[in-house]
Amino acid sequence: MRDRVAIVGVGWAGFRPVTPEASYKELMYRAAVQAYDDAGVNPRSDVDGFITVSEDFHEGTSIVDEYVPDQLGAMLKPVHTITGDGLHALAAAVMLIRTGRQDVVVVEGHSKASNILNLPHITGHAQDPVLNRPLRLNTLFVAGMEMNRYMFETDVTAEQVAAVVVKNRGNALANPLASYGARLSVEDVLAGEALAWPLGAREVASHADGAVVMVLASEDRARALTRRPVWVLGVGWCNGSAALESRDWAEVPYVTKAARMAYRQAGIRDPFGAIDFAEVDDTCAFKELQHLEALGVCRPGEAGPMVEDGATAPDGALPVNVSGGSLGMGDLLEANGLARALEAVLQLREEAGPRQLDDADMALVQSWRGLPTASAAVAVLGR
Amino acid sequence: MSYRRVAVVGAGMTKFVRRAQETGKELSWQASRMALQSCDLTLDDIEAVCMGTAPDAFDAVHMKGEYLSDGAGGWNKPYMRAYVGGGTGVFAPIQGWYHVASGLFDTCLVVCEEKMSSYYPHAQAAFLTIFDHTTERPLLPNLLWIFALEMNRYMQTYGITREDIAQVAVQHKRNAADHPCALLGDVDITVEDVLQSEVLAWPVHRLDVSPVSDGAVAVVLAAENVARRVTDRPVWIQGVGWNLDTAYWANRDLAYPRYVENAARMAYEMAGIREPRREIHIAEPYDPFDYKALHHLEGLMLADRGEAARLYSDGIAARDGAMPVCPSGGLLGVGNPIAAAGLMKIAELFWQMRGEAGARQVPGHPKRGIAQAWGDLMQVGTVVIMGTNP
Repeated sequence: MRDRVAIVGVGWAGFRPVTPEASYKELMYRAAVQAYDDAGVNPRSDVDGFITVSEDFHEGTSIVDEYVPDQLGAMLKPVHTITGDGLHALAAAVMLIRTGRQDVVVVEGHSKASNILNLPHITGHAQDPVLNRPLRLNTLFVAGMEMNRYMFETDVTAEQVAAVVVKNRGNALANPLASYGARLSVEDVLAGEALAWPLGAREVASHADGAVVMVLASEDRARALTRRPVWVLGVGWCNGSAALESRDWAEVPYVTKAARMAYRQAGIRDPFGAIDFAEVDDTCAFKELQHLEALGVCRPGEAGPMVEDGATAPDGALPVNVSGGSLGMGDLLEANGLARALEAVLQLREEAGPRQLDDADMALVQSWRGLPTASAAVAVLGR
Repeated sequence: MSYRRVAVVGAGMTKFVRRAQETGKELSWQASRMALQSCDLTLDDIEAVCMGTAPDAFDAVHMKGEYLSDGAGGWNKPYMRAYVGGGTGVFAPIQGWYHVASGLFDTCLVVCEEKMSSYYPHAQAAFLTIFDHTTERPLLPNLLWIFALEMNRYMQTYGITREDIAQVAVQHKRNAADHPCALLGDVDITVEDVLQSEVLAWPVHRLDVSPVSDGAVAVVLAAENVARRVTDRPVWIQGVGWNLDTAYWANRDLAYPRYVENAARMAYEMAGIREPRREIHIAEPYDPFDYKALHHLEGLMLADRGEAARLYSDGIAARDGAMPVCPSGGLLGVGNPIAAAGLMKIAELFWQMRGEAGARQVPGHPKRGIAQAWGDLMQVGTVVIMGTNP
């Protein structure tokens, strides 16, 4: 893109299975204070706009945008909320800055999943109320059917899917923000009970609480604010078929379309060659493989052998989810995309500590809105 | 960086009704199809879709934006749903504006849908869930309560009477009699009717309030190069503004909507407007309650504080007055399917600027109008200024 936008500050809070000491507002506040400090901005005087992401039923409050301004320092400022993933907010911030009407925009996403007593029931209310909900099926059935069709079409094996869990939860051991680090074997993963066959209980990310805030700025402002901006080289997002009945069960074309949009802006023709590492959605283990193929970093069916051969390990040709991904850090609901982007920023700024990658210059970040949606977003970040 | 100019090139709306037989997806589809047909485009010409719809609680559909996406044309396309409560209907075109103005897209379809009748027996109960779960919900409040507080404060501060306020409801409902999609148009309504309707929460009476409704509206936005190919009468988005105040509404002076003023200042500055009272030809302020239209005209700085009722008593706000207010009939007359009602005001400005408003047409070839919505906990203002010049 010609008019460049950079991430100039990041902050986070929580990243644990439960956070009884802090409300969602307090998590947001802590993440925001850290991000403003990191960027060297005062939200009352330096920030032009604020964008948050949330879903009413996850918050237990209707039109929950009401409750975001105070803890972000955003009262009497341009604020809006998107019912999307954090990467949708990142894309919206890029668009706002590119209009030239706003120079510094803050994005926020959070999860207080530990407050939700009946998450499967709530997710069930995302099914079509006329055509699907009367079947009274746990929404995981959609993931089971997709996984089965994906494995059938691509010859990816159950062991290869399990290897994703082994890799990501192993990676999480080196990440202080990851609660679900574990040294597992493929046999350990496959020994878990089936939730929606062939999807096993250990192949679905557990939830966590957390908040992420990022400060984005136009190129001029970014250069004035920081010596280590992380450039948003491309953003893309896309919805596929909302209706289960007309969906392609083996492929996720909406991820491909979102990626093409982001690659076009970033001038990327060969993603595998251009990208140094990737943080992609792995809220279900097979999704990491399906998403890598849809993102074009390998051909359909190749992602399984890649994880088996260690090509996506931290020392492989294309490290994927060095952070531990959602399997290692927890499923953060609408904040998943920002958690992936946070890892990319830390790696690109060489602040990733024991899990720091060598020569990390360009990152691919992808999120999915979760079951039962066909909605994804992609960002390409670089230094 | 500077933004690309963005125009509205097409608009469509369903009838606003008490209880639609169609699902929300179907309402969205109907409005989208009409908007596209009005400018001879198809979904293939649309590069991105923005959706506006208010609480998921109305429909008991979690992630309602995802559910509505294919009905609204957001299939195999970039699709986003933003919300700022009742301000959503005028925010959705602002989001569409930044999609196109940023240079990322040449066209964007903006769809707003609301289906309040699914909530049985009355959607008002869903509003309990917008209040703070610890400090307010135990009191079992609803929107009529807090509007009654605000209306009372407004009347007390400026010495305004119920008669002053009732003329707003009368004029808007009479205007709506000329709107083919209106739910509560009534050419015979009088101030007495409003004053004598039953008390809901004093001083709010039944005819001070807009009706619960179902409906959808869609508009097509295009960048300048596309807009000039599609139509010889594009209506340009000249200014946009939005502003959200603290969640702690009980700390606010309810007599004046400062957040609306902030949003208006943002939009006026972008549009290069210094004297809004001379440069705005049509105003479509948000009017879910009759006093709100007055409140918002003051926030938009189109009247001095406490003086907006004079626009009505002096005839300035009439359809043939110097600055017609809600020639559409507003929410009080056309109906209030929340997000759709806000976008209806954008559609009305589009039709008025093009001289296509039929029996509602404001005389004298209006060149510039302002639409505004408001929502959350008496907290957010959203403003769009549209005109015949880019």
